[in-house]
Amino acid sequence: MSARTLTINQTLVSAREGESVLEAARDAGITIPTLCHLDGLSEVGACRLCLVEVAGSSRLLPACRTTVSEGMQVQTDTPRLQEYRRAIVELLFAERNHVCAVCVASGHCDLQDLALHVGMTHVRYEYLAPSCAVDTSHPRFGIDHNRCVLCTRCVRACDEVEGVHTWDIAGRGVAARVITDLNVPWGEATSCTSCGKCLLACPTGAIFPRGSTVAEVQRDHSSITRIMTARGERW
Amino acid sequence: MERLKLATVWLGGCSGCHMSLLDLDEWLLELATVADLVYSPISDVKIFPSDVDLALVEGAVANDEHLELAHTIRRQTKTVVALGDCAVTGNVTALRNPLGSVRDVLQEVYINHGSPRAVVPDTSGIVPVLLDRVLPLHAVVPVDIFLPGCPPSAARIKGLIETLLAGKVPTEPVRFG
Repeated sequence: MSARTLTINQTLVSAREGESVLEAARDAGITIPTLCHLDGLSEVGACRLCLVEVAGSSRLLPACRTTVSEGMQVQTDTPRLQEYRRAIVELLFAERNHVCAVCVASGHCDLQDLALHVGMTHVRYEYLAPSCAVDTSHPRFGIDHNRCVLCTRCVRACDEVEGVHTWDIAGRGVAARVITDLNVPWGEATSCTSCGKCLLACPTGAIFPRGSTVAEVQRDHSSITRIMTARGERW
Repeated sequence: MERLKLATVWLGGCSGCHMSLLDLDEWLLELATVADLVYSPISDVKIFPSDVDLALVEGAVANDEHLELAHTIRRQTKTVVALGDCAVTGNVTALRNPLGSVRDVLQEVYINHGSPRAVVPDTSGIVPVLLDRVLPLHAVVPVDIFLPGCPPSAARIKGLIETLLAGKVPTEPVRFG
């Protein structure tokens, strides 16, 4: 596989052909914030947090879905990108009811970490305060739509790692919700193997073990990577 | 040195942020050597004074009294701090917002979860009128500094007051949760 040389933030970076800008940046020790990305899963470019500026492109491009090319010039942290990222995180907080004080994932939450990273001090947008369901029909897990950011990490973990595809998305825009099977309560979703990989993948307090209380849910997101690595070695 | 005119305000919150402030224990005595507490739920002052230097505002804006006081605070204070999650985000106080308007909320609380003969009490002129939406402080008046937390720890409140007393701009990163 041949190498590609590109410039990220004025630094010359060497990358493998076919690698994403996100991977190349990480290998070079440059942090680009992400939310829908999870090591081991496919990339969907849904959250738009990894948007970067590429010379010659009038559009901003998601680093996770942009392949490196020879001589590419990438900027990952301009004032414009910083402002957009902060706006994206604030909009995520405004769209559902992210009440950290009563959330199972508080203190171990990717959304909180992102808010810190982008320097969010408050949410400048009006909170939508939607009425969201909490489904605890599954014997072991629950899904709290108040906390869901629609990253689809659960959908991809279930489909790509467990090979089941119990999870999917129904509806559009702010009305979109993650669903189990054909939008039946999780406990009635017969395809679910109760493996818990969606729980490991979830960045917030949306998917949680039943019976957990405030700030109690800590999970190891790298478990998904370990499973995928082990599978690669075996096959 | 000019003494700091400090106000602390309790809007729609549980007073937990004030408990955190009181958790500063003996440091409050040190604070008292450089600051005057000119308005606070723990003092017996009825009217928000003019020319306040620093106001720590706990709680969300949930009723018309909060709304009026928020505007008074902003008008008469140099530095307004949103203290704690309710002031910064609405938090637990705003949990009623998904239920809808005040009418919907009162219906839910008094009728749907009340006894069969329950009625919504007529409180006109007795208690402040609830706003249709519980709002974070910055949705009503400009806020200078945000200190989230439920409650923010005593150490962080102390850190902020010390920074401001030293005439510096707070640079501590804001962490939610």
